[in-house]
Amino acid sequence: MRLYALAVYLFLYLPIAVIALFSFNAGRHASQFTGFSVQWYGKALSNPFVMEALWTSFVVALSSALIASVFGTMAALALQGVRGRVRAVADALIYVAVMVPGIVIGIATLIALVTLFGWINPLLARLAPEGQAPQLSMGYGSLIAAHALFSMALVIIILRARLAGMDRSLMEASADLYAPPFATFRQVTLPLIFPGILAGFLLSFTFSFDDFIIAFFVAGSETTLPIYVFSSIRRGVTPEINAIGTMVLAVSLLLLVAAQIILRSGARRGES
Amino acid sequence: MQSPSANTETAPRPLIAEFRAATRRYGDVLAADALSIGIGRGEFLSFLGPSGCGKTTALRMLAGFETPTSGEVYLDGERVTEVPAYRRPVNMVFQHYALFPHLSVADNISYGLRQRRPRPDRAEVAQKVDRALAMVRLSGFGPRRIWEMSGGQQQRVALARAIVNEPKLLLLDEPLAALDRKLRREMQIELQTLQRQLGITFVLVTHDQEEALSMSDRICIMRGGRIVQSGSPNALYDQPVSRYVADFVGKSNFIDGIVTAQSGKDGQVETALGQRFAGRLSGSLEQGTKASLSIRPEQIGLTHAPRGGAEPVSVINRIFLGEHTEYLVRHATLGDLLVLVARQAEASEGGFAPGDAGFISWAPETGLILGQD
Repeated sequence: MRLYALAVYLFLYLPIAVIALFSFNAGRHASQFTGFSVQWYGKALSNPFVMEALWTSFVVALSSALIASVFGTMAALALQGVRGRVRAVADALIYVAVMVPGIVIGIATLIALVTLFGWINPLLARLAPEGQAPQLSMGYGSLIAAHALFSMALVIIILRARLAGMDRSLMEASADLYAPPFATFRQVTLPLIFPGILAGFLLSFTFSFDDFIIAFFVAGSETTLPIYVFSSIRRGVTPEINAIGTMVLAVSLLLLVAAQIILRSGARRGES
Repeated sequence: MQSPSANTETAPRPLIAEFRAATRRYGDVLAADALSIGIGRGEFLSFLGPSGCGKTTALRMLAGFETPTSGEVYLDGERVTEVPAYRRPVNMVFQHYALFPHLSVADNISYGLRQRRPRPDRAEVAQKVDRALAMVRLSGFGPRRIWEMSGGQQQRVALARAIVNEPKLLLLDEPLAALDRKLRREMQIELQTLQRQLGITFVLVTHDQEEALSMSDRICIMRGGRIVQSGSPNALYDQPVSRYVADFVGKSNFIDGIVTAQSGKDGQVETALGQRFAGRLSGSLEQGTKASLSIRPEQIGLTHAPRGGAEPVSVINRIFLGEHTEYLVRHATLGDLLVLVARQAEASEGGFAPGDAGFISWAPETGLILGQD
């Protein structure tokens, strides 16, 4: 039994370990380790294409995570007030949204946006003077929108759990102590669910930063880091790719661990 | 002494709050059924009853968390039926305290003061918080976090958080339910003392009769959203209007039967087996109506030798309570009865052990004939 578990873990983590290991390879081949070096990290970080893709990824991840956090929080709070069958359906739909395969979301978002642009662009062309009409197309906007849409479901799920575990009488106590509804939200609800919002933000950021499938469909002419990695692999795997992969992995893990710690410490505080 | 059967009796002092036919419906359930009662200024009033009797709904209508479906709520002469909780000069001590976990003890207590507009200045707030902390004997605990406080301490913080605002009504929702017995006793005394010191009107909701009896000036016994009887603890104990009240206030033995004779205040109950017992009638009970003869455990004497009119029993259990000993005895036809024997009486008569035979007797005028509703 123990051996079996060990095999499973090896199977899971060996490829990742190999990637991390070969990112420190002195040679330029991905198959033989010829010595320790950090030169590929330097190469990756000084490659303008990598840096541009990294910047795109960062902007998209930050914006979509911010949007998802704000709107996800609003949705979760609004859902608190909904009861009965409507709520059951709303809850189910949110779980479905998380489970829909990325490729479906990617295609669906692409088709939806293309259709939308197909309607709006002629309108814009008619409104604006000849030749100066703005053209809506795939790019930052569509990337951010698609990622925010998906991440919002994550934020809602995290916050619903947190709100459910919260003592409703806290809000009543605040009202009893003369705080009008918005003051109660600002002084009691928000501070208590803030760890959940922060954790949701970090998870959303990580998701967007790592996502390839959805981004591939809606990125238009933009290149995010995962898309860059994918396209350079076609020209052969160099340790530079390994270095990028390892760095992305490290950042993602760090954010995930931070999200977990925030959620746990927050949960402990909320209980007392 | 107040008339025991009237629900709409006037409170003994000028009113600070009043329900006028306040009704609250949840679907088909009537949580409050045309409640009408006045709460006197400076009074300690309790709503007592089992869960689901409507006592919490009554309290929540005073706090402003529930709006009556029909009827009115008055506070200090003003109609507040639809006024939201945050605009009512009323504070509540919640069952599980509902202290804000992200704030310190001092910030919890000052919460209500800090909502006032214009904001009171810091020094004034700090001074009031210190005074409130001293009042609940927690001086110096201000900077602590809530989760560092014990259950009893949290209870006192919740109390301080409410009284610091000098509310017109202090509402207490089963405030002592989560405390252990000894602490609960201490807090009962503390609450009473505090109420006398501050002169604030206290409204307590509880299912614990001992709590209600020991602290209240007046108790409303509730059932099915209605007040069955209200009166002083003494009045409720000595003159219950029904079996339900007698059962809820103190312990009692009941002998069920039918009223077979009545003349003025005196009556007689006949059991299904034809045994007849005399007693005082509570209210007007027609001959032939079902009734219960209620005898308090301390009114029954337990002796080794038979006296006139004594009934033979066997002792089943003995619980030593210090000043008193509580016996559970079994009668062939009346079933199990509780008998409370004072220490002195037991010393002169000699004790009983489980299995012993004995005789019980009581003075007929100590038995109360009550309607069974």
